Amino acid sequence: MATRRVKIFSLFERFWHWSQMLLIMFLMITGFGLHGFHDLFDFEDAVTLHTLAAFALLLLWAFSIFWLFTTRNWRHFIPTVKGMWGVLRFYILGIFKGEHHPYRKAFWRKHNPLQALTYLMLKIVLFPLIWGSGLIYLFYFLWRDVPQATQWLEGVALVHTAAAFTILTFVIIHVYMLTTGHSFREHIMPMINGFDEVDLTPEEEAYLQNDEPENIR
Amino acid sequence: MRSTLGFLLALVLGFFTLTSIQATADNWPTPPATVAPVPPQISGPLTGGTADHSKFEALKQPFASGPEVTKACLSCHTETGQHFMKNIHWTWERRNPDTGQLLGKKHLVNNFCTNARGNEGMCAQCHAGYGWKDENFDFSDETNIDCLVCHDTTGTYYKTPNSAGSPACSVMFEGKPAIDLALVAQSVDLPERANCGTCHFNGGGGDNVKHGDLSSALKNPPRKLDVHMGVDGLNFACTACHVTKSHVWAGSRYEIAAKDHEGVGKPGQRRDVATCESCHGLEPHPVDSLAAFKRNDHVSSVACQTCHIPEFARGGVATMTDWDWRTAGKTRNGEGYHEHGYTQGNGEHRYTYKSIKGDFTYGENIVPLYRWFDGQMNYTTIDTKFDVNQAVAINDFSGSREDGDSRIWPFKQMRTWLPADLGNGTLVYTHLWGEDEDSYWGNYDMGKAIEHGMKQFNLPYSGQFGFVETLSYWPITHMVAPKEDSLSCESCHAEKGRLEGVEGIYLPGRDHNYWVDLLGILAVAGTLLGILIHALIRLFSPKGAKH
Repeated sequence: MATRRVKIFSLFERFWHWSQMLLIMFLMITGFGLHGFHDLFDFEDAVTLHTLAAFALLLLWAFSIFWLFTTRNWRHFIPTVKGMWGVLRFYILGIFKGEHHPYRKAFWRKHNPLQALTYLMLKIVLFPLIWGSGLIYLFYFLWRDVPQATQWLEGVALVHTAAAFTILTFVIIHVYMLTTGHSFREHIMPMINGFDEVDLTPEEEAYLQNDEPENIR
Repeated sequence: MRSTLGFLLALVLGFFTLTSIQATADNWPTPPATVAPVPPQISGPLTGGTADHSKFEALKQPFASGPEVTKACLSCHTETGQHFMKNIHWTWERRNPDTGQLLGKKHLVNNFCTNARGNEGMCAQCHAGYGWKDENFDFSDETNIDCLVCHDTTGTYYKTPNSAGSPACSVMFEGKPAIDLALVAQSVDLPERANCGTCHFNGGGGDNVKHGDLSSALKNPPRKLDVHMGVDGLNFACTACHVTKSHVWAGSRYEIAAKDHEGVGKPGQRRDVATCESCHGLEPHPVDSLAAFKRNDHVSSVACQTCHIPEFARGGVATMTDWDWRTAGKTRNGEGYHEHGYTQGNGEHRYTYKSIKGDFTYGENIVPLYRWFDGQMNYTTIDTKFDVNQAVAINDFSGSREDGDSRIWPFKQMRTWLPADLGNGTLVYTHLWGEDEDSYWGNYDMGKAIEHGMKQFNLPYSGQFGFVETLSYWPITHMVAPKEDSLSCESCHAEKGRLEGVEGIYLPGRDHNYWVDLLGILAVAGTLLGILIHALIRLFSPKGAKH
């Protein structure tokens, strides 16, 4: 077992992450503007930009879902309880005692159990909730004549807003997490250059060195 | 399906037009402002010009009276009399087929000058006929039709009351120049705005008093005031929209097409309504952006007028918003008087008190009241009983998001303290105009005037008169502003926006769910607080500083 710097985030994954980050930030700003929390944009521009950004994000997700399944990267997000308590204990207690993060990244497990579960929930609950409600909202013109359409619309808007608040909460925690463990910079670099320290089995190390030397340092 | 395609198109176009939309040179559908020469007013499909009336022998005679002119007109326009006598300008009567109510000026009480009934000697100046002063008027005699009031183009034709009235009043109509009826008759043409305006701009007893969106400012309006009628724009006559067939006009205030489901129709098909959609179609905004697509979607719920008439009583002529009959009847040295108290935008003074009418309040550039409206007006008629202790709507209306026929419309609301029968709980016919001792205008005795007015039509009267607060609602549909002056989204999509009181909708930007917002804000704030505590413990625990 050796610890090596290995490329764990491919170019597409990094592009996905950062463009998604920008789009979500932008959707948050325009969305909360439409909700009446600020007046940075006039309503017409905010609706247009929010809609276009939403469709751009949907397109990005279409590509990322395709990528996840064709590259087997979906396996990183399989939930597991193994090691979960250790991670939780670290954030609740160990972090204050100067302990090291208990999770060691593996080649086919680049997220710790808490991360994996969180990202999975994001992918299968929160994101579908926000784009599902958003699309229903957007296509109101198709179902506006069903009985009690406006009450339904209010419900859809409610789900959409609640999901937005939840995503904002996730974003705040997500960013704060970058300050734990190693330095902020060390946390952020893997998502920029793709490389992070990973525990490799001898077989993985030998494979990478022989067949993908550009992905290991 | 079509709307989905449109939406997708809008989406694609949205990318391109987002930045370039303002740069588009094409002003569609707003016509470009052209500088003179002023073309003749456009009268819809009617163009005229097939006859020069100055060449007709029948019109080359020294007419002694209006009816003589009418006879001459009918000698060529042989069927027009029969056509004309069916329209509301003649009958002043309208049976609403849906509610069964008998409406029209002949019957209704309004909350301006109260009732025409019994006061025809004065009020029927605006009847399109000659000599209606009492119940003896012959509605079947076509020579009583007044052709000239609508077709005069000289501007010299005028009408005076059909009966003398009190000496104190009749003095107002003395000393007018004689009308050259032969000249007027030879100069007839299709009606222009000023013709219709003679009465319609002066509803309620003065310029723009009643409607708020129909004033003398529309005689020669700039395009800015009315994009259709503007002399530097399309220069439409009233009949360009109020299309006419056999002297019956499209567009009724008693039965309004609040939501037009048909739109333009194929050539030769429909010209029976004066709706915006009958010219502009059901998807009036060209879909060159997401916003334009969304605006077309709004057409189902929002009347065109709501966004495109941002304010009424524009153009310098005020409208009346409040009228108080309780203060009427004050005299100085035994005579009635009036007070100036309001100077309107065009510099003219308006009376704020008249002994014959009471106190008035005026307004200009007024933001309308917005409500769901299905086009159906329900009137409080002379025989309707109501609770005199609370405000009563002279014309009430209904409408909702769910009924399929309503849209959100703009209204002028008029509030008047109006004489009423407090004992029976009804409105009253007030005898205002007459040569007798009972007429209010001249004698200032409200009790006698009401008693006379009710007795004249065999209506029950308790003898106990007083005043009730009344409201009336006037759908706003004229003074359409150029598109650059129409409302923007946040006029309504905001808290305390224009649609503040409109129910039955979820309006983004205006509506919030209190609990979702509260929980959401608490969640975000709680997270930040938790992080702060976590970070502080890390910072101050001796071994945690590094991590």
